[in-house]
Amino acid sequence: MSAPDPATVSGLPFQLPPGAGPDAPVFAEPWQAQAFALAVALNERGLFTWTEWAAALSREVASPGAAADGSDYYAHWLAALEALLREKGVAAPELVDALSASWQRAAHATPHGQPIRLENDPLHGTR
Amino acid sequence: MTDKHHHDHHDHHHDNELDPFAARVKALETILTEKGLIDPAAIDAIVETYEHKVGPRNGARVVAKAWTDPEFAEWLARDATAAIASLGYTGRQGEHMQAVFNTPDTHNLIVCTLCSCYPWTVLGVPPVWYKAPPYRSQAVINPRGVLAEFGLKLPEETRVRVWDSTAELRYMVVPMRPVETDDLSEDELAKLITRDSMIGTGLPLRPGSLGPGALWPPQDVAGAAT
Repeated sequence: MSAPDPATVSGLPFQLPPGAGPDAPVFAEPWQAQAFALAVALNERGLFTWTEWAAALSREVASPGAAADGSDYYAHWLAALEALLREKGVAAPELVDALSASWQRAAHATPHGQPIRLENDPLHGTR
Repeated sequence: MTDKHHHDHHDHHHDNELDPFAARVKALETILTEKGLIDPAAIDAIVETYEHKVGPRNGARVVAKAWTDPEFAEWLARDATAAIASLGYTGRQGEHMQAVFNTPDTHNLIVCTLCSCYPWTVLGVPPVWYKAPPYRSQAVINPRGVLAEFGLKLPEETRVRVWDSTAELRYMVVPMRPVETDDLSEDELAKLITRDSMIGTGLPLRPGSLGPGALWPPQDVAGAAT
């Protein structure tokens, strides 16, 4: 092995992350599973092809700020989903922003242990 | 029902909080449900499927059958999509599958350099490292370095072939059957087949071994032991 180590040339050496084992949970948080399922369901419904999806996702994961450990993968996944839904005229970003804020207010106003409902947003109905 | 307060000064132990990502997913779900584009129950079913039902055990069954049934192995090599579907595993995105067989001369490794295309049908949802930029670039540039990170050192003369998946075509590796497994049933063999051995970043377990790290060939390989 006399050639320079390519790993140091590219600047992105691969290292197995700690805790990476066959039994690692598939999704780190529930929202990741939900976002995953939304894309799968919308593809099955025919809203976009899987090729369109792969193109949208690869645009996101190729963005300069992507984390080297892949921990932001589902953040990219979600961004790709939002971008496709915007392109398809299904969900305008302003509406997604407004509803996200509404869900956060609703969560805050919901006593622990009870289901969070959008109606629990103190400002619900004013949008 | 509780003594919680609705003040600006909130108590983290009692209030529910949605992080921004969770809130955005909820927002999308709300919009898509109102438009009739998704059924929340169907979303839950997909989550359940990928968390618990679809996983590397499917792929292990495919490989174990290929190890024990030469006709199936031949079919798998020729038309993996159909051979895998015959066991009840069909792709949700209509993607085609190709099975790449390890041989004494060639070791196969799969990657998706573009994003994270992965044979979900047989392996479930990909591990975090598969989706991370270092693996996606290094698997192509320096596959032996990547394999070394997984503790896998192949003989110098073994050729490492890297397969770049796409949305339309996904690969799975069919590892070589470990030695001293002639007496094992298909079910017993399936237990030896790990997820990583079907990605190419590992080898199957050996009978009686307690964990991953069993090396092939099992002996006489300089540098094989770590």
